[in-house]
Amino acid sequence: MTGEIGLLALCLALALAVVQAVSGLAGARADAALARSTASATATGLFVFVALSFGALVYAAVTDDFSIQNVANNSHTLKPLIYKISGVWGNHEGSMLLWVLVLSIYSAAVAVLRRGTERLTSAALGVQGLIAAAFILFILFTSNPFVRLDPAPFEGAGLNPLLQDFGLAVHPPMLYTGYVGLSAAFSYAAAALIAKERDWARAARPFMLAAWIALTLGIALGSWWAYYELGWGGFWFWDPVENASLMPWLIATALLHSALATERTGAFRSWSLLLAIAGFSLSLIGTFLVRSGVLSSVHSFASDPTRGLYILILIFVAIGGALALFAWRAPGLEEGTSFEPVSRETTLLLNNVFLTAAAATVFIGTLYPLVLDSLTGTKLSVGPPFFAITFSPIFGALLLLVPFGPRLGWHKGDWREALRTLAPAFGIAVVAMLAILLFTAPHTLTGAAMFGLAAWLLISSVIDLRRRRWLTASALASSLAHAGLAVTLIGIAGTTLWRSEALEVLHFGESMTIAGYDLRLDGVVGATGPNFRAARANVTVSRNGRTLAVMHPERRLFPAERQETVETAIRTTIFTDLYLALGDRRDDTTWTLRAYVNPLAPFIWLGAVVMALGGFASLWSRLRKTRAIPAAAAVPAE
Amino acid sequence: MTPKKRRRLAFAAALVLASGAVVALVLFALRDNVLYFYSPSDVFAKHVQTGVAFRIGGLVAPHSVSHGAGADIRFTVTDGKSAIPVTYRGVLPALFREGQGVVALGALDPAGTFAASEVLAKHDERYMPPEVVDALKRSGRWKEGR
Repeated sequence: MTGEIGLLALCLALALAVVQAVSGLAGARADAALARSTASATATGLFVFVALSFGALVYAAVTDDFSIQNVANNSHTLKPLIYKISGVWGNHEGSMLLWVLVLSIYSAAVAVLRRGTERLTSAALGVQGLIAAAFILFILFTSNPFVRLDPAPFEGAGLNPLLQDFGLAVHPPMLYTGYVGLSAAFSYAAAALIAKERDWARAARPFMLAAWIALTLGIALGSWWAYYELGWGGFWFWDPVENASLMPWLIATALLHSALATERTGAFRSWSLLLAIAGFSLSLIGTFLVRSGVLSSVHSFASDPTRGLYILILIFVAIGGALALFAWRAPGLEEGTSFEPVSRETTLLLNNVFLTAAAATVFIGTLYPLVLDSLTGTKLSVGPPFFAITFSPIFGALLLLVPFGPRLGWHKGDWREALRTLAPAFGIAVVAMLAILLFTAPHTLTGAAMFGLAAWLLISSVIDLRRRRWLTASALASSLAHAGLAVTLIGIAGTTLWRSEALEVLHFGESMTIAGYDLRLDGVVGATGPNFRAARANVTVSRNGRTLAVMHPERRLFPAERQETVETAIRTTIFTDLYLALGDRRDDTTWTLRAYVNPLAPFIWLGAVVMALGGFASLWSRLRKTRAIPAAAAVPAE
Repeated sequence: MTPKKRRRLAFAAALVLASGAVVALVLFALRDNVLYFYSPSDVFAKHVQTGVAFRIGGLVAPHSVSHGAGADIRFTVTDGKSAIPVTYRGVLPALFREGQGVVALGALDPAGTFAASEVLAKHDERYMPPEVVDALKRSGRWKEGR
């Protein structure tokens, strides 16, 4: 019954989404109070039914209901409970259902928070309904997770062991909260054009912030997972799948900044609309790239042409429709007051130019091989060197600019004053650069520049906070976000500059050394887990004769999936990671051991958390301010 | 010029400059920093020069994996028609096995051996790198339903 309940709930959700779309769009008219209340009610109902459908799939997975094909293909009775649950979104069908679930949560939040005017909210709900309907149709036609198997097998095929990991269990929901959150900004932008409302950015901001926070954390989680699970010791590979989430993040970051100007002075009004459209379009393109299989090759596109084709059509309709709407209605939206060349608006403008240019290089690097392959059949890949040349200088220029933004006033800024307050930060940055160049080995100009930029960002953020007499949440927000960027940069610089790598074949009892650590392979023993067997190494780590720890890198064999994984052992002190991966077995007492020392690596992810905290500070200040506005009657006063 | 026009002009100028910079950087980067993909047959047919980095893909030939000194590993990559010996110093991915599809990154040395700096054999055993599938199809050794 579970599968049928889930399917029925999804069909009812489709009906509700259609009603929400129609009534929401009708509610954009001035005199349609009934339509508006219908749209709000259906948005809540949509969430309830999608949640019911999703719950049914989770229930089927948890109870090992292998009569449902999706569960049989992706689960196994011996799989730990947490991975039975996360396995629901560890496959195509389930992940699309999660996509719709997150969308319906945002949709309900739009209805409950009612941030804009009645007409704006209603139109936004209408657009959200359209997106929900399109995606539910996609699931029902091409990716039904509730298809039955008859006869039901006794045992499932198991889940890809690489996915049986805490980091990757929470990664997709986080990433989708980001991806799909951009749909709310998109819906508000489209609603602003439909309802001819000028003041949309303020209403959409909490949703942009929520999406940006989730994307930041989601990307960091993905990078962290790649770091400890793949055993290569790297944190970012410029892999197309990674790029698919980086592009929306860059655009969402640009949008957060330009919308700030739009809210305050009305500047960049059309540009912000365009960014909101671009951000969600890139989310859709990312979904398409990851879900259709074109990523690994244009040819495997043919392996499931319906899915890829459907999403492709969806992308064209969404982007084309939104751009047409933009071309038609945007000229009618008046621009705000003007600004001088030296002003906060100018820094925000440059910020946006750099961020979109950076996104453009990632876009080209990701799609160029696909386009070339489909046109000429030439297979090539664009690797880290491409991005080092294109992305890095643009992002470096952006980082140089960042501290000026909060220093300059709206409309007209005082650059002398800005330079004076920033002088200490500049001085410290130069000293940091020189120190790296003079006192470290190996030193490179790039590495020194990275540390210099990080110091520049970090110190200017601190100055920014100290200068204020009252600590406001919004000042805290920008300082934290910019400081987080600096912390991540420090981590990247330290790891790329000073990482050590060692690879040796060791007999039991033999040692290897790396960056002052002595690693002794004491032995490799068999171990068993709930659904795997493992070869578990005992490695004694010592420094100057003093034993620091015993570490246990593993190789795991998952019999159900007939697959092996590498479980790295990482010893993190605040300033450095000692990273061990167990390699191939040579004979009973001889194994390969790979070790890395990654200085400052933990800062990479710590920085992302600090950035997200900045986002939370901004979100908190926004939601608190709402209470003062009478229009927000739906939020009960405390 | 009104302030509005001036602002528009500045905006347009910034955008033109930025897109110019992007195009220049991208063209520069694409000239030297792309990696071509070749099958073993391609390597012979196209007379790939020594020292030029590229990706090679095919199947790991049965009984071809052997260990050298230290962590050195040798194996042969084949597409059924041609075969190229590969040397690699490092830890092979967990899914590396004889008869499996593999993609390696590196360059030919003067002896005609492919010195790999990276070996990829991805994600799960049902998965075959699409480039490898394509290479096998072109050499006529692809069996459907593998």
